[in-house]
Amino acid sequence: MAKIIIFNIIRYVILIIVQVALLKNIGYYNMAVAFPYVLIILLLPIGISNFVLFVLALLTGLSIDAFYDSIGIHAAACVALAFFRIFFHNITIELDDQASFITPSWGIMGFKWFSTYILFGVIIHHLILFLIEAFTFSNFIQTLMSIILSSLFTILIILVISLLTYQKKSRIIN
Amino acid sequence: MKNLWLFLVRYNSVFWFILFFVFSLVLVINNNQYQRSSFVNSSNIVVGSFYTKVNSWKEYMHLTEVNKDLLDENALLRYQLQQVTGNDTSKLTALSDSIENPSNYDFIVASVVNNSVHLKKNYITVNKGSLDGIEKDMGVITSNGVVGTVMHVSNHFSTVKSLLHPDTKISVSIDSTASAFGSLVWGENTEPRFAMVRDIPNHVKLYVGQPIYTSGYSTKFPKGIKVGYIVQTDIVTGGSFKDVRILLTTKFEKLTHVYIVKDKLAQEKIELESLNDNNG
Repeated sequence: MAKIIIFNIIRYVILIIVQVALLKNIGYYNMAVAFPYVLIILLLPIGISNFVLFVLALLTGLSIDAFYDSIGIHAAACVALAFFRIFFHNITIELDDQASFITPSWGIMGFKWFSTYILFGVIIHHLILFLIEAFTFSNFIQTLMSIILSSLFTILIILVISLLTYQKKSRIIN
Repeated sequence: MKNLWLFLVRYNSVFWFILFFVFSLVLVINNNQYQRSSFVNSSNIVVGSFYTKVNSWKEYMHLTEVNKDLLDENALLRYQLQQVTGNDTSKLTALSDSIENPSNYDFIVASVVNNSVHLKKNYITVNKGSLDGIEKDMGVITSNGVVGTVMHVSNHFSTVKSLLHPDTKISVSIDSTASAFGSLVWGENTEPRFAMVRDIPNHVKLYVGQPIYTSGYSTKFPKGIKVGYIVQTDIVTGGSFKDVRILLTTKFEKLTHVYIVKDKLAQEKIELESLNDNNG
């Protein structure tokens, strides 16, 4: 248990540093921006309670907001992502596994499950993020374009990160 | 009671979601200038049309006052017309060609649908918007003085940052000769009738009752609109500048119709002036 907590803390620190030090400066004219920090929320152990999950999602969002000077925007998107995560786990994971504290990673859950999970999670996170950032439905085509392009960019980077840390069937958190 | 408890436990993720999401949205709207200004302001179509309804009743109350003001303005215009037609035009040699030299300013009439004078930051909503050619940062005047500048514009309404707002600054000159100029602010006043003119050079002699006009240095207001009269001179602030207190000619409490000033050459002037900064 202590090991799981330590691994999650390390992942949190590394992904936040990568996000604010490296990826904040990379982007395609504000149209495609990658936010692979959503992995922090997506890779939390399956069995944690809903309340803890929401609190951690809010804190993750707020720490990104602090660096992006956009208080609340990432927090809202992360909370929405946490809600999606609960819904997705409820319908795809068997009840026995729902109580276990394993990490829902590529190596453990398989590529099909993991890619679907990442795809919908990232799209929902980016949809909420860009809509709240734009705060209007006028010019929706442009917002939609940046949602799609950014989602592709984020998914690509998440898959690269997952490949680099891939561990087949091992119960060690990557 | 037990069923209610079971219901809450069963769908706890939904309730947590709503709670946390609303909390985040409150953070967004409270802390981010852009979202706050587009979430609640009275150029919002719902609020705007409500105020229009309320105001259509309130206008009747002020009808006498408005008529009197219009009559006064008519009289003034008639007097000026008399001066022009009274001249012997055959003696005039230089006639200005009205096609070659058109007026720089358009005036768009709008009626006030919401107004406040008692707050720390006062705003006015008028019933003309971007469809009528109103843009951000245009000046707003009334028949007897200045009112403020346009802040937000929607299709059918605009909000105006009143002169009675701590951020409003208007360039004014003492007398119409522009012998000295300063900036008109509401200052620390709590009364809507008075304002301050700041940063007048110390050597300029002023007297009570001297009129103050707009200077025309910005693109917002034409030159020579009467703003008010000096009621207290030489408020020394230390340094080489002094302040004066003035009585505004605009009656903010009774504002019903305003003119929005559209400077046709504003774009050209701003473009030219912006060259000063990026020549590096």
